[in-house]
Amino acid sequence: MSLLILVWNYLKARPLNTAINIILLSLGISVITILLLVNGQLTKKITENVRGIDLVVGAKGSPLQLILCNIFHIDFPTGNIRLSEAEKISRNRLVKKAIPLALGDSYRTYRIIGTTKDYADLYKAELSQGDWWKNNLEVTIGANVHEIANLQLGDEFVSSHGLTLEGHAHNEHRYVVKSVLKKSNTVLDNIILTNVESIWEMHEEGNESIADHATVLPSDSSYIPSRLVPSVAANDSVKEITSLLIQYRSPLGAVQLPRFVNSQSSLQAASPAFETARLFSMLGVGAEILMGFAYVLIAISALSIFIALYNSLKERRYDMAIMRSMGAPRSKLLITILLEGGILTFLGSIIGLMVGHGVLIILSATMVEMNKAGISGMVFFWQEWIILGGSLLLGLLCAILPAVQAYRTDISEVLAGN
Amino acid sequence: MTTLEAVMIAVSKLTYSYAGEASMNFPDFSVQKGEHFLLLGESGSGKTTLLHLMGGLLRNRTGSIVVDNTDLKGLSEVALDQFRGQRIGFIFQKNHLINALSVEKNLMMAPYLAGLPVNTSRIGEVLSNLGLSAKLKSNVSELSQGQAQRVAIARAVLNKPLILFADEPTSALDDKNCDRVIHLLMDAASDSQSTLIVATHDQRLKSKIKNQIQLA
Repeated sequence: MSLLILVWNYLKARPLNTAINIILLSLGISVITILLLVNGQLTKKITENVRGIDLVVGAKGSPLQLILCNIFHIDFPTGNIRLSEAEKISRNRLVKKAIPLALGDSYRTYRIIGTTKDYADLYKAELSQGDWWKNNLEVTIGANVHEIANLQLGDEFVSSHGLTLEGHAHNEHRYVVKSVLKKSNTVLDNIILTNVESIWEMHEEGNESIADHATVLPSDSSYIPSRLVPSVAANDSVKEITSLLIQYRSPLGAVQLPRFVNSQSSLQAASPAFETARLFSMLGVGAEILMGFAYVLIAISALSIFIALYNSLKERRYDMAIMRSMGAPRSKLLITILLEGGILTFLGSIIGLMVGHGVLIILSATMVEMNKAGISGMVFFWQEWIILGGSLLLGLLCAILPAVQAYRTDISEVLAGN
Repeated sequence: MTTLEAVMIAVSKLTYSYAGEASMNFPDFSVQKGEHFLLLGESGSGKTTLLHLMGGLLRNRTGSIVVDNTDLKGLSEVALDQFRGQRIGFIFQKNHLINALSVEKNLMMAPYLAGLPVNTSRIGEVLSNLGLSAKLKSNVSELSQGQAQRVAIARAVLNKPLILFADEPTSALDDKNCDRVIHLLMDAASDSQSTLIVATHDQRLKSKIKNQIQLA
């Protein structure tokens, strides 16, 4: 026999009451848990993806779109920019590194990116199979592309225009998988990497003469190879890319470079740090409303637990008096009520945490989007201990008043029946 | 004459008053170990008050109550709780079993709250003496009135208390059940060698227990 057994039996004796209290609290806790897990993982992921990229330069349009498209690869390009103009930016003394990106095609919604090895190095990517792409139409694929789209080493595939399955298929050329990246929990997991020339080749399919022109290297002495795409001339006036990812040489770059880029009529510069902060503050409103809703649920459950404990005092005044007559000191009655509040909120928060994780486990198992976003239900944050501890504290708080009431019970009066 | 060691309860110069009410004066008396006593008086004469005072449920400010050679006035609150749990058993007019617990767990509460080891063979023994062996695992709500009263008696004698206090155990019962319950009580008290004090206004008990204290 123990007080725990006694309290457990009291809770079991009123199953509906106990269930509603636990369900109310666990609902609130599960919403908070889901927000915590999604928010925590998204923030971590976004900062990881932005790491090392100080500025994105692309065609004029929405700066947020520029970031979403060129860093997270979840939006459409704002347009193209001339390679020669990008070249000019990359020669600026404040630029430490400039990485060209050429977008436009996808395979089964996984974007194909024409770029250089520098882009993969940005995320410290490593290969799990094969060797890096070298020649035109050779690709290195992300871990999710390998697993979910089921592309294997040596497979050939045809890309389609845009980011959807319905885009025009480039049937004339076939990519071949040369290597697979290790899972890195960055955007690299969901993309296909190739060189810039491959993207050009895809889109020049209707115009053979230009393609021929591109492959014939001029031999005169005025020829200067492009820094960004060495196979073409630096002053090439035809070639276009989508954007340029830039690393500053010094903090001064943050002050001068965006202004310099934006002053060029056709170009726009966007800071990933600034735009993602803006994005968070926009999404934050929705998260705060949900969070507020969760707190309301928790407050209601706290009130409900308080009322249940307070009402049970009346029902149990004889139980408590008889316990005192059998030798229980006042403190035991106090502890019994506190224990009851504590057990209710402990169960509520444990179930809430499990439901929160469970919902995300189910969502990530059934929704490809969740999986692509890299949100998992099997991740644990230290803040969950705060949720658990806070709930216990809440239970004790709800129980304090009824417990003190129990402590003060006049046993003689109750047992005498007046 | 009585020796000091054999005196179980000695009450002297005891008065008690509830807030705003006239003071009650109780006669001096003493009860020997193992004796059965009847505490008689009309409703409102202070029977329950005296019982609660002797059982440590109420505290006296004047006079003295010595139980098992211990003056109750000298005990701290916690010490009094423990003293009560280990030496005294109570039976009330209503059974006051804990409905949320099974018969067995109700009985286990007695030694647990008194700070004594829970002895399951003692529980079996007491229940079989009262003809309740089959009800060990039952819910309290499944018991008949009579069965519930026997469980309450079992709970009161489980710790082999030195004194068993019963407050109006028979007043709501018909003659047949009155007879049955008082004999159960007396037998249970004898089995556990407890001193039995029954507070009642039930005239039917006068013939059962010879030692009587009359309250005015």
